[in-house]
Amino acid sequence: MNSFLTEPWPWYVAGPLIGLTVPALLLLGNKSFGISSSMRHICAACVPAKIPFFTYDWKKEIWNLVFVLGILIGGVIAVTLLANPNEIMVAPALKAELANYGINNYSALVPVDVVSWDALFTTRGLIMLVVGGFFVGFGTRYAGGCTSGHAIMGLSSLQWPSLVATCCFMLGGILTANFILPFILSL
Amino acid sequence: MNTTDQTTQLYNNTGTDQDINVTEEQIHDLEVRELDSICVNESQLEHKWYHNIKYLLVGIAFGIVFVKAEIISWFRIQEMFRFQSFHMYGVIGSAVLVGVISVWLIRRFNIRTMYGEQVIIHPKVFNKGQVFGGLLFGFGWAITGACPGPLFALIGSGATVIVVTLLSAIAGTWVYGYFREKLPH
Repeated sequence: MNSFLTEPWPWYVAGPLIGLTVPALLLLGNKSFGISSSMRHICAACVPAKIPFFTYDWKKEIWNLVFVLGILIGGVIAVTLLANPNEIMVAPALKAELANYGINNYSALVPVDVVSWDALFTTRGLIMLVVGGFFVGFGTRYAGGCTSGHAIMGLSSLQWPSLVATCCFMLGGILTANFILPFILSL
Repeated sequence: MNTTDQTTQLYNNTGTDQDINVTEEQIHDLEVRELDSICVNESQLEHKWYHNIKYLLVGIAFGIVFVKAEIISWFRIQEMFRFQSFHMYGVIGSAVLVGVISVWLIRRFNIRTMYGEQVIIHPKVFNKGQVFGGLLFGFGWAITGACPGPLFALIGSGATVIVVTLLSAIAGTWVYGYFREKLPH
């Protein structure tokens, strides 16, 4: 039992649990599942700057901020009470490719060689963490949602604009990971 | 008791679809929020702060799953975009399947919320933003290895440098809001 909880959970356990978030939020209070909106609410709360897009009653959406705070706390619990003692398993083909860029550290869920405070001040670290983050925020809001709002909530309610958005997320990601990221990693 | 009365009163309003007195401010607010239909709060009810604790608990459960299934891992995202592992496709596919069935059941049996409100799912309207924004988000997703949910879980899991990525994502959201009128939609 204990090792089942600390080992990485398989997709057929995790996926359905994530899917259940959709009815959970709907039935707990008529809330549509979505995460990227939290960043809009943070803008509305902190720096609305009279921009119409951020001038609304964000306090009504405070549940969304509480929800993402919960996700953060969940992260803390997962690495303390349910910590996986082993190195992360990664596809051999990916390991071989990453070795070319000096990425050999598999001690954490993220590659410490590029995702760490030290790496933040390297060219590739800066691009990945800061420029990448910028486009996550800009792109999700431009698309009107992220993987949760479009791919999971949108597809669950059979909305075709969400299917378009999901396909574009995947297309952008596939092109970037295969053709642009190798260049960034080699910097 | 006061809360219960208020709930009952509002339930009658929403439940029977009678006219609800909406102020001009509320209409404006709704228009603004409808600009993007993701994640609008469809509930007409007002609750005390502690009602939000339930969303905290759902968030905690969700965060634990994110970390334990390694969805927040940069490596898993790279494997997905390079077709080197089925894991992420399995996660997203089975999540959507469970979501579709759940939403179908809610609609089929007209299941109401725990406060008795009718469940409303806002229709998403197509605009070019879903294409352009989607591609740009895909770019960011592939290089950071994280979509917005994992950003929060990653910080909790100890990758504290992701605070910088989250702040940058918030800045990206703000810049979108600033240039929104000039962008093709």
